[in-house]
Amino acid sequence: MSQTFTLDGQSIPFADGQTILQAATAAGVFIPHLCYHPEFKPHGSCKLCTVKINGRQTASCTMRAIPGMSVESDTEEINAERRALLQMLFVEGNHFCPACEQSGNCQLQATAYRLGMMSPHFDHFFPSRAVDASHPDTLLDFNRCILCSLCVRASRDVDGKNVFALSGRGIRTRLIVNAKSGRLADTDFSPTDKAAEVCPVGVFLKKRRGFVVPIGERRYDKAPIGAAAEEV
Amino acid sequence: MTLNETHPEAVAGVVDRIVERWRRDPTCMVQILREVQEACDWISPEAIDCLQTALKVPRTKIEGVAGFYSFFYLKPRGKYRILFSDNVTDRMQGNQALLERLCNTLWIEPGKVSEDGLVSVDRTSCTGMCDQGPGLLVNNRAITRLDAERIDEMADLVRSQTPLDEWPAEWFRVEDNIRQPGILLGLDMPPGDALRAARALAPSDGLAASNMRSWREGLPSGLGGPAALLDAIKRANLRGRGGAGFTTGLKWEACRNAPLKSGQQRIVVCNADEGEPGTFKDRVLLTSYADLVFEGMTVAAYAIGAQRGFLYLRGEYRYLLEPLTAVLERRRRDKLLGADILGVAGADFDIEIHLGAGAYVCGEESALIESLEGKRGTPRNRPPFPVTNGYLDQPTIVNNVETFAAAALIALKGADWYAGIGTQHSAGSKILSVAGDCARPGLYEYPFGVSIRQVLADCGAVATQAVQVSGPSGVCVGPAEFDRIIGFEDIPTAGAFTIFDDSRDMFEVARNYVHFFQHESCGFCTPCRVGTSLLKNLMDKLHNGCGSPYDFAEIEKLNHLLQSMSHCGLGHTACNPVLDTIKKFRPAYEKHMKQQDFAPAFDLDRALAAARQMTGRDDAAAHIVKEENA
Repeated sequence: MSQTFTLDGQSIPFADGQTILQAATAAGVFIPHLCYHPEFKPHGSCKLCTVKINGRQTASCTMRAIPGMSVESDTEEINAERRALLQMLFVEGNHFCPACEQSGNCQLQATAYRLGMMSPHFDHFFPSRAVDASHPDTLLDFNRCILCSLCVRASRDVDGKNVFALSGRGIRTRLIVNAKSGRLADTDFSPTDKAAEVCPVGVFLKKRRGFVVPIGERRYDKAPIGAAAEEV
Repeated sequence: MTLNETHPEAVAGVVDRIVERWRRDPTCMVQILREVQEACDWISPEAIDCLQTALKVPRTKIEGVAGFYSFFYLKPRGKYRILFSDNVTDRMQGNQALLERLCNTLWIEPGKVSEDGLVSVDRTSCTGMCDQGPGLLVNNRAITRLDAERIDEMADLVRSQTPLDEWPAEWFRVEDNIRQPGILLGLDMPPGDALRAARALAPSDGLAASNMRSWREGLPSGLGGPAALLDAIKRANLRGRGGAGFTTGLKWEACRNAPLKSGQQRIVVCNADEGEPGTFKDRVLLTSYADLVFEGMTVAAYAIGAQRGFLYLRGEYRYLLEPLTAVLERRRRDKLLGADILGVAGADFDIEIHLGAGAYVCGEESALIESLEGKRGTPRNRPPFPVTNGYLDQPTIVNNVETFAAAALIALKGADWYAGIGTQHSAGSKILSVAGDCARPGLYEYPFGVSIRQVLADCGAVATQAVQVSGPSGVCVGPAEFDRIIGFEDIPTAGAFTIFDDSRDMFEVARNYVHFFQHESCGFCTPCRVGTSLLKNLMDKLHNGCGSPYDFAEIEKLNHLLQSMSHCGLGHTACNPVLDTIKKFRPAYEKHMKQQDFAPAFDLDRALAAARQMTGRDDAAAHIVKEENA
């Protein structure tokens, strides 16, 4: 890894084909992200990992590193825009952190804390989204879905099942499951599927396991998001 | 419809025939879904059962694709599905009143299906009939020149369940309205002449496109001209007519030079997804100049060494499918398409027509390619670009209809002749789709460099307040700028030229455009999906009299986010109409800005509208009156 680029003034080594986000993570630098997961092909949709290269902004999860490029990420300007994106995600769905089983384990909530989002700012959309409680072991709460498509990719690429997909368009985009009835119980989904564990928010909830770990002792209660990456 | 519920075996038969015709190929999903819907009126769960088995793809994939396109229905929408074109020009021509009139006569609400399941009435984005509006689509067939009389008659025809084929043919007549022909629209070229001229081109001296790939790749000897033709396209300084203005020669050369993996071929795609509100020139080119367009595609195939081509036709122009298919068939018979073109052994190229299904974003080239592959029309991450990794990962050029027509013209008449027309930076001509407040709407073709003022004079526009050039993603020009010119060096355009006289409220114009972007956002990226909705809500807030200076700041902020964070051009340009009109027509906004201090968008009285409707009340006691200075 003799090649390097600069990220906020710091020299970051990278291998051929690595994206900015991958190289930064390997070097212990955290770039906020939600739809990116190291085990899957980058999607580039949440735009939270946006960085600035030569005055032009681009998603760092899909942009390959180029030797000598100068990248800005942790600046007040970019973080302010990231906060606005987070606010958009919060008002688009129904996110009630205090009552949410995923509170403390949720990447959306943790990233909002880390970037200092103090309010949702925009008017809430309060969309009407039904939950799917049909499956004996897993409840799907679409109210929290941020359309990152990680479960879609995990089900397709790892589980080999195609249980999930995005349908609709624009603000009406929604997660669907692979059954004529539209119910998770009528699919071949299993709670041990990879798809069940990659959700960055709280769409997939294990039944009969609610609040097994008390609030205050959960992952991001102990250390902020990105802290693990920074210890590399 | 009943076919689905009472005759599942009939649905299976229909689906099977359609799938068979599309070679059981899941990459033709959009075409298969369109034909299923044409046959069954909607895409029922039973039809999806059959598709799932026949195409061997998961149900999620079929529903994901079907759910993306506005013209596909996963729920019944009636035997008659009526969609009013809702471009700003349709509004100016009174489409709102006509829509209400039809709904009242049929006793239905906009957006809902009648209780007997017979008919639904809704709105759709611009259908490309601005010069003869207001327009609508009924079961994807275009009707023009609506008026109260037609609407009343239509209601009768719907209620009597008269088949569409028995509706007055006059309603479906679409005029070309060519007001000012130029080098393209004035051309009367016998089919094949441009191809023969291209083939006769000898490699010129000092070839700009000096590579010999076509020969190395084993194209038949005698095809001496591909590199020379590419050279001509470059020397003619042809730039894309779809709005972005990329140099056509460079695009073609990059595609030609892109390495092919085993089993791959190069692909030519004609982008006829003319979705920019206010644009309708491609409709006319494909109606009356189809040979020229197909010839341009064949010329391109010759230049880059492609064997396969697609015309991606917007769903709103479904009525052009049969005539265009007939033109392709004739060209095959005349040896201008298919195998051994012009009798040259091995010179093979053919064109397939794919229809869109109501998704503006598919005009973006990588989203168009996704749609051609039978997927949701979501723009791809770039790089890589289509010229190296396009249709099914093969090197692909995507060009506008007008660009291909111009390419044929260049092959026919030569690069030097073409480069001599227009201005130094913008060679050739541009076809403008003129509509709005003027005496003679229609197509006007000018050499590049024509001023806004000249166009306005030619089409008989008076008391003009503003012109929206290139549609909502273009620029809004006020009287102080009417001496500016159409050209890549000043105002580039995809062709829309929408005129507003001084009786129009420019705020409402911008609000219509914002609604358009919100409706057409593909939903892939956060800033555009949510941002266009937030922007729409803000404009509606101003419209409802709750706007304050605070909201201007919010609009500015959203604009910045959309421009810097969005995935594709749709998000980048979604704020343009608002910013332009705020800058140039601020008084129009101030009229709607009733509040000095922040006011919430929420209005208790408006929120009670649903309750009033449910109880059938509209008396004073059913309203909450705001207390002034409370």
